[in-house]
Amino acid sequence: MRPYRGLAVIFGFYALGEIVSSGLHLPVPGSVLGMLFLLFALLSGAVKLEWVENEAEFLVKNMSVLFIPPGVGIILYLGLIRAQLVPVSVALVLSFVITLFVTAKTVEVLRR
Amino acid sequence: MNPYGITLTLVVFYVFSELHRRKKAVYTNPVLLSIVAISLLLKLGGFSYGSYMESAVFLKFLLGPAVVSLAIPVYKNRGLIARYSREIAAGIIVGGTTAMLTAYWIAKLLGASGTVLRSIAPKSVTTAIAIGISTKIGGIPALTAVLVITTGLLGNAFAPELLNLFRVRDRIARGLATGVSSHGLGTARIIIEDELAGAVSGLGMALNGVFTALVLPYLIEVL
Repeated sequence: MRPYRGLAVIFGFYALGEIVSSGLHLPVPGSVLGMLFLLFALLSGAVKLEWVENEAEFLVKNMSVLFIPPGVGIILYLGLIRAQLVPVSVALVLSFVITLFVTAKTVEVLRR
Repeated sequence: MNPYGITLTLVVFYVFSELHRRKKAVYTNPVLLSIVAISLLLKLGGFSYGSYMESAVFLKFLLGPAVVSLAIPVYKNRGLIARYSREIAAGIIVGGTTAMLTAYWIAKLLGASGTVLRSIAPKSVTTAIAIGISTKIGGIPALTAVLVITTGLLGNAFAPELLNLFRVRDRIARGLATGVSSHGLGTARIIIEDELAGAVSGLGMALNGVFTALVLPYLIEVL
């Protein structure tokens, strides 16, 4: 087990994504660019799956806990949410149902 | 730097995860319960978000490397992507665009403010990517995080039942619709009922995250 190799590759691609995102003033998050770069590196064979597999799967499987600190930030915006509770909740529910329906029907039509 | 924020987060999440392991239900979702419990604790105890984040920011920072790591499940499922490439591509482009536009327009129609619109537009993609997009387009990342988790809970609670109601039987269609509309939380539910649909759902989540991250920053400028 050499976790520092996997972590070095993952953090390296994250840093690369951030450099490209801010360097080229792209609106796309650096993490998403880093993910795409890592995917291409895997597909081209520049990075081997076993270098990063364990560390990447640890991060992905334990991602849930990472959402809590940004989520708690909601206490700074309680007033804003209370004021716009109706538009926000109606938009969330309707958009979810419509998206589920439209996506499923799009795939179904193509599968026939 | 005080260590209480990260400690509190880990302890509270551990307790609610154990509860969820024993009682699997929407209302025992450990992420949502942890956010509510910690928020209440900070409010009632008179602690500031800043003091909580002194150490909790370390967990938030790891979202970046975690998103980079999503390349691995996509790479491992490359065979599945190749086989259903046409259906998956169409479903993500149509479904992903529908998710952004319906959320934005419905909230706008009902009078939501500009900042809220920018926070709600990326709500269908996985939290880590949504937070990144929200930061980039001028939304409130914390608000986006809560909206994303709420959307995921809808998928976790209702996606399979709604798909039955819509008479969708095709497993690829069921999986992709779940992943595109309600990301990881939707995936977590459908994968229990159907493994193939679950794999497609996870893939739909990852690809829709990339699609939305590439499109929304430009789309939001013309809305």
